[in-house]
Amino acid sequence: MKIVVLVKQVPDTWGERRLDPFTGRVDRESVDRVIDEISERALEVALSLKDKNKGTEVVVMSMGPSSATDGLRKGLSMGANEAVHVLDDALVGADAGWTSAVLAAALKQTGFDLVLAGNESTDGRGGVIPAMVAQRLGLPCLGSLNIVEIEQNSVRGERGTENGTARVHASLPAVVSVTERTPEARFPNFKGIMTAKRKSLTVLSLAELGMEPTTVGGRSVVLSTVERPARTAGKKIVDEGNAGLELAEFLAARHLI
Amino acid sequence: MSKVLVLIEVSPAGEIRSTAAALLGAASKLGEPVAVVAVAPGSGASLVEQLGSLGAAEVFVGESDLVGKILGAAEVQAVTAAVAATQPIAVLVSNSVEGREVAGRIAVCTGAGLIMDAVDVREDAGRIVGTHSVFGGGFSTESTIDGGLAVVTVRQGAIEERAAAAQPVVTSVPLTVDISSAGVIDSVEDVVVSSGRPDLRGAATVVSGGRGLGSKENFVIVEQLADALGAAVGASRAAVDAGYVSQMYQVGQTGTTVAPQLYVALGISGAIQHLAGMQTAKTIVAINKDEDAPIFDIADFGIVGDVFKIVPQLVDALNASK
Ligand SMILES: Cc1cc2nc3c(=O)[nH]c(=O)nc-3n(C[C@H](O)[C@H](O)[C@H](O)COP(=O)(O)OP(=O)(O)OC[C@H]3O[C@@H](n4cnc5c(N)ncnc54)[C@H](O)[C@@H]3O)c2cc1C
Repeated sequence: MKIVVLVKQVPDTWGERRLDPFTGRVDRESVDRVIDEISERALEVALSLKDKNKGTEVVVMSMGPSSATDGLRKGLSMGANEAVHVLDDALVGADAGWTSAVLAAALKQTGFDLVLAGNESTDGRGGVIPAMVAQRLGLPCLGSLNIVEIEQNSVRGERGTENGTARVHASLPAVVSVTERTPEARFPNFKGIMTAKRKSLTVLSLAELGMEPTTVGGRSVVLSTVERPARTAGKKIVDEGNAGLELAEFLAARHLI
Repeated sequence: MSKVLVLIEVSPAGEIRSTAAALLGAASKLGEPVAVVAVAPGSGASLVEQLGSLGAAEVFVGESDLVGKILGAAEVQAVTAAVAATQPIAVLVSNSVEGREVAGRIAVCTGAGLIMDAVDVREDAGRIVGTHSVFGGGFSTESTIDGGLAVVTVRQGAIEERAAAAQPVVTSVPLTVDISSAGVIDSVEDVVVSSGRPDLRGAATVVSGGRGLGSKENFVIVEQLADALGAAVGASRAAVDAGYVSQMYQVGQTGTTVAPQLYVALGISGAIQHLAGMQTAKTIVAINKDEDAPIFDIADFGIVGDVFKIVPQLVDALNASK
């Protein structure tokens, strides 16, 4: 079975994340970039299948700037067999429509039985890419799975929504997105890091995908970006036995009760 | 007036979900609201009156036996058919797990552009403009589509506008859904919120508990304070992961974003990913026994102390003053 895992590089949520005030895009220079935690969990789902089932081939794929190589290398050192990097200057600032079209083309070229991705990224939080990729490929999409069970010809699992859970399944090939409730990702070990250096990392340009740098449907445009003033600390007290009462007074004074 | 489609979320039991009112309200800011529902044949009629009272000028009913049995395909089909029939300027969809997927697929099918996670919408010279709150409210941006249909996902609980009631015109069409490429639903567990507490999204007051509560049993004090304040209950990811409450209560980076008048954080350290979901609250109160907990950096009123001592005292005081 060939599994392609879509990984996204994002600004580390542990740092201060910023938007470029002129373009409204994520400022990728000001903070550390990491593989999104949820993409790493998607990779973990694929790698744990590979642990059990040696015939499993895992490809990590990312569309992003040249720095996305670091994330792909990490994926290889965690245990993926190969990596695909879709890299093209014309992709800077690509919106969801364009991104999903390019990923769909790259997936077709790479070939797969199953595509795994995170259900949403921690920077954009759009949560639409896996479903859009599936729609473009004419494949079923099982979105937001908390539990993923991969079988020979099908995939099933538990989907989590705001209103509860559902058991769902689809036949392969299919696109699946996972939530942060799937198991935490492994760390690369020394052997993994050493062997990663010999693994293949293919770079694909739009021309190599046979795509023109045009738009697919209406393009999203950012009109304005405003930064909110930072919050500051207010009153802080140490409980000496009646802090609960003081808090009740504070709330009453602010008309919050 | 230009038409604006709203995809109405319907529960497995066939009831209109609470997101409908705000979606129709948002649509009324842009044009004439047209509600689109995908339902089993024959069950659309019973929803029409309620959709009219929420402001739908038209109701477009797509009927298929497959509704509720496959993931999203019937909803995508219903909206695509309604787009062809009504030529709207925008399609509004809830920014929910299900809504987002359907929105993305509609955009692919209709060649529309996406405006994602809007906290407000407006029309500007024929263009649809969405406002977004990015990185937990640290930034506010506006975006639009450079031509063509806009599919907008609207953040739950963000829009206060409500549309005036209407007597809707109803159109029913049978849907032809392609099941060859559909995800199949085997069973659903719809968690009915029976607490009588307000919904986390859009609540005026939120009381959240973290790992500091220590156990599911202890988490009850979070609920007691929430009830004394008429508040919704929230939680940190650590509390969810530890099984104190269901994931639907998670506030933060990967959970719900809330912007209440009052946010009370109990036994929550204030990790940056938690702050991302609540830092735009009007007033923030934190109780934590660690005086260096980062939550105090953004709290308007911070108490260094034990939640198990302070919260019961506060609950008693609140209940006594009622
Ligand atoms: C990509 C990513 C996404 C994430 N998304 C989210 C998210 O959406 N939401 C979220 O919340 N987290 C999220 N996290 C996790 C986040 O980093 C923290 O791990 C989490 O918020 C910690 O939860 P906590 O504050 O309850 O637990 P802890 O950090 O363990 O804090 C518990 C606090 O309770 C206090 N305490 C203990 N006992 C008492 C007592 N008796 N009285 C008073 N105080 C007490 C302690 O002093 C401590 O400060 C995410 C992390 C990552 C990497």
